[in-house]
Parts: sequence; C-alpha cells; structure tokens
Amino acid sequence: MSTPSPADPAPTGPAPAGTASVGPAPHGATALATPVLELSGIVKSYGQVQALRGAALTVYPGEVVALVGDNGAGKSTTIKVISGVIQPDAGEIRVDGRPVTIPDPIAARRLGIETVYQDLALAPDLDPAENLFLGREIMRPGLLGKLGFLDRKAMRAKADEAFGSLGVGIQDTAAQVVTMSGGQRQGIAVGRAVNWADRVLLMDEPTAALGVVQTERVGQLIQRVRSSGVAVVLISHNLPFVFEYADRIEVLRLGQRVARLSGATATSENVLGAMTGALTFEDASDPALTPADSEEQS
Amino acid sequence: MTPGTEVKSAPAGPGEDGPRPLRSAALAAAWRNMKGTRSLALVVLLVLLAVFGAAYPDNFLTAYNLRSVAIEAASYCVLAIGMTFVMTTGGIDLSVGSVLIFSGVVGVKVMSALGGEGPLTLFAGLVTTMATGLAWGVLNGLLVTKAKLPPLIATLATLSAAGGGALVLTNGLDLRGVPDSLVSGLGFGRFLGIPYTVWLAIGLTIAGAIVLGLTRFGTYTRTIGSNVEAARRAGVAVDRHLIKVYALCGLLAGIAAYVNLARFSTTTVGGHTGDNLQAIVATVLGGTSLFGGVGSVLGTAFGSLIPAVLSNGLVIIGLQPFWQQVAVGAVLAGVVYVDHVNRRRRTLR
Repeated sequence: MSTPSPADPAPTGPAPAGTASVGPAPHGATALATPVLELSGIVKSYGQVQALRGAALTVYPGEVVALVGDNGAGKSTTIKVISGVIQPDAGEIRVDGRPVTIPDPIAARRLGIETVYQDLALAPDLDPAENLFLGREIMRPGLLGKLGFLDRKAMRAKADEAFGSLGVGIQDTAAQVVTMSGGQRQGIAVGRAVNWADRVLLMDEPTAALGVVQTERVGQLIQRVRSSGVAVVLISHNLPFVFEYADRIEVLRLGQRVARLSGATATSENVLGAMTGALTFEDASDPALTPADSEEQS
Repeated sequence: MTPGTEVKSAPAGPGEDGPRPLRSAALAAAWRNMKGTRSLALVVLLVLLAVFGAAYPDNFLTAYNLRSVAIEAASYCVLAIGMTFVMTTGGIDLSVGSVLIFSGVVGVKVMSALGGEGPLTLFAGLVTTMATGLAWGVLNGLLVTKAKLPPLIATLATLSAAGGGALVLTNGLDLRGVPDSLVSGLGFGRFLGIPYTVWLAIGLTIAGAIVLGLTRFGTYTRTIGSNVEAARRAGVAVDRHLIKVYALCGLLAGIAAYVNLARFSTTTVGGHTGDNLQAIVATVLGGTSLFGGVGSVLGTAFGSLIPAVLSNGLVIIGLQPFWQQVAVGAVLAGVVYVDHVNRRRRTLR
C-alpha cells in the first residue's frame, strides 16, 4: 500500500489472520488470496458536495460483497468510479494488488470488470445477441470482416450458449429486446456482463424492478457467477436479498466505509445501525473487526 | 411480434445446420426491420397505383409515364437513403435539398472551368459534387456532436447556409454549362429500358440495405438511435459514428446533385425546397422510426415511390399538382402518429 490512508485495509502481501476473519471465505482458499479489487481513500466531489470522503472497498476473488448504504451514502458513485464512468479526485484502486487507473468504461472492461447498470443499458431495438456483443462484435473472417460485415451466425450461436448456460430463458433470440419481459431483459443484461467479466461483476440494484420469482433467478445467477470464480459486488436496498446471497456486507455512510460484516452472521439490526449511524464501529477499516466484535460492540 | 415472425426465425435459434440459419436469421432480421410501416408503404403505394391506374389507365399505366414516375422517385430515393441512416440514429437532416443545390453549383463551376465533354470532366464533376456534399454532411455531424446542437436546429442552419451559399455563388441565376454528354448519358440513358438514374437508385438501395442490416456500421447506427447511453457504455465511439452518418447523408445528397444536373442540365437553384420533406416522408413511410433505433433502406425505396406517384397521378386525374404537398403533409402526420402510438404501447408493456 503506497498511500497510508486511514481507510487502508489489510496489506495485500502476507494476508494476516485478520483478513480471514473478515468474511466466511466462501471457497476456503480465497481467504489467503490478494483482493481482486481494492479501493482505498477514494474522494469524489461534485462542486460543494463530497460524494465520497475516503471511501474504501475490498473484494476477494470469488466472493459476493454487498455494498449497502442509505441514499446518498456514495454507493452509485463508488460503482461509477470502478466502472470508469467517473474519475475520483483522490484515492487508489488496485486490481489483483496492482495499482490501476480506470479512465473510461473500456479500461474497466479490459481489467475484466463488467457492470450491470440499474437501467440495464440495453438497446431495446436490437436482439439479445446484438446486445451481448455490443462493442465487441464478431466479424466475418477475411475480406468481408475487414469491410465491416458481422458474423451474425457465430454471434447468435455464442449468445444462445451464453444465455443457456446461465439459465436465462429466451425463446426467440432473434426478437428485439423490447418485446421481452422485465425479467428477460434483466437476464440479458446480467448475461452480457457475466459473459465478459473475468474478475469482478458489479451489479447496481439488480432486483429493483423485479418480482419475487425473477429476483430469485437473479440470486441464482449471482451464485453461478461466484462459483465460476468471478467476484460480485452487489448494490441493493433489498436487505433480505443481500442477506441471502452476500458472503460479506460492506456498509457505506456519508461517503466512507463504516462497517464490514460477514453475511452469515450480520443482522439487519447492525447493518441498519451502521447505515444510519446509530451504531458506530470504531474502525471499520480494521480487518480485525469481525462480525462477532461488531455484535459485541452493539 | 406475430407468430409468423417467430416461426420464421425459429430455425436460427439453437444453431442448426449449415448456412441456412445465417440466411434465415438475416432475412428474419431484415423482415422484422421492414415489417409494420413498410407494409403500410406498400399498401398505400398499391392503392394509389390501383386508383390512378383504374381511373386513367391510358395515361397512367404507360411505359413512358411509369418511367417518369420512377425517375422522380429515384432522386427522392437517393436522398432518402441517407435520411434513413440519419433518422435511424434518432436524428434528422433538413439540409439535404440545399446541400444538393450547393453541390450541384460547385460541380457545374468545376466542369465549366475544365471545359469539354470528356469523361475526365464528367468524373471531376462527380467527385466535386460528392466531396461538396460530404463536406456539408461532416459539418452537420460536427454541429450535432461537438457543438451539441439538436439535429433539427443544426441542419436547419445548414439548410439556410447552403441554400444561401448556392445563391451567392450563382448570383441567383441558374448556371448553364452542364456538359451535354452528362445530360444525354446519365440524364437520358437507359439500360434494359430502365433509366440509368433508376439503376443508380436501385444499386444504392441494395448497398444501403446491406450496410444497415449486415455490418457493424449499421448495428452501431441502430444502437445509437435505440439507446445512445448503452452505446456509449459499450464503448461505441458515438460522436465519431454520428459524424460518419451525417457525412454519408451529405455524400448521397452530393450524388443526388450530380443526377439532378444530368436530369435538368442546370443547377435549379430555385428548386428542391421540399426535398427534405419528401425524403423524410419516404423514410418514415418505409418503416424507419422518427424516434430512432429502427430503420429499413428497402422500405425507404418503396416509400420514395409514394410522393412521386402522388404528384404524377394527381396531375393525370386533373387536380392541381399542389394537392400533392397537402397529401404528403397529411401522410407524414398520419404515419408518425402510428409510429408514436406503436412505440408507446411497446414501452408500456
């Protein structure tokens, strides 16, 4: 860690015991791993308003981290920083332990970081395959490809494969996205991000517009992504959903990380307490802060 | 989506045998793009042909008359192909008629300066009109993307500027000096009984349909019109693409300018004020949405026949030709209304 910021989490090197106690370490070995994504001391101001005041986030490989906080806590700003939509004024981003800059969304994609936006960012007049390959089209081989001709057959076959393996049910992959249900659209947006993410999948309010069954389906998708070794950062107001699917919960309040809790033992009481500031955690960035500790404190 | 469409595209789904899925998928996509209002364009067209044909078969359904309708439609069509791309991005180009005139003026000036009737002079004229149209198109694109003017205002500005510029260059008097070889060749020449200008429009239609339907350029054009933010987040260089689309529209106006010189053997500086509207009507009738995201070049080709058939048929029926403008206005309002209602119903699903 080159910048000794107060929000500095565990050193990336030796991975002390404290790191292991942070989360339930879903797949055992990942407890000792370098964080796949680590934000520290992130500052972002919009004019007079400080959206992020030294925010931090730690994500280990293959885990589901929920980023929760009240409105205005800085969740969306954090996501935008990671996905390259906005640039932080200060702070450090590390991917697999290496400091990186993410100047634009393409840079985030190159790092294997994909985002499912709350508005899904689908082109409704295009079909699912075209949406899946948007910006990454497969071209025809040879001269035709150089002239800009798409290999629609290959794109459609791969799209069928990708959506099929994720269990996204699309009857007619040649139909426009606009003709599909909200759940199917969500599935397409998630499927697209999952298909390209090989490090981190960011999901901004993935269940906001969904019914019960569809929400469960998104949860299953998240579990499938995790089992493929890709980490998931989940932003949600839906606390029951968070408790069901997150391995760890990090709480943002007023632009700072105020708590890190294990999903297995976190209660809605201490999550809500941290979100509202009713409960204070002495040093949320201290990796030794275990869920047990926080419960004692409360 | 009707069941018919789904059945049609079904074989493409699970990745079945050989080349068939590709073709049927492409066809299904093309069909879907054209469906809806394209069938409307065809219906309107057939009704008009039937009415005029039944009323005055001896005047209307002659080879000569149909040929002149096709020639008229061909000039609309060339402009409307560019308009189709622009409108598919959710934009509009009001300047095409003025750009046509301006490009024609510059083309005549260059050809007069070179002199002669030779192919070199004709070729120089073509290159000049195309380059001039392209330049206006690039300017439109820059105004829309870099100056962030709404397309309506940006192209209204260039409509005025190019129209005025053409009058400045000519002192308001039509230029003579279009080579006779151009008029007798491209202007009046035929192949298999069909005028060269119509062949040109057919060729450009096929090329435009392929570009919009099968290439990355076409996909980005539709994506930008469908959800520009999605395009941006997917890493599409939106501004650069929009500049290219407006440039393409200007380029086609340049080609139309050359055809215009060949047809009328003069610069027609006083004309073409309604060309933008005709091109928009042809495009919208052909199934391209005014709201972007959906476009069909083939539909546009059918759509561009309608204003031509209307003005021709009304004259033959004995009505004042000015009724054509009234009819075109009514048709435009009606088609856009239908498009709007369709869109709203779709988003409310």
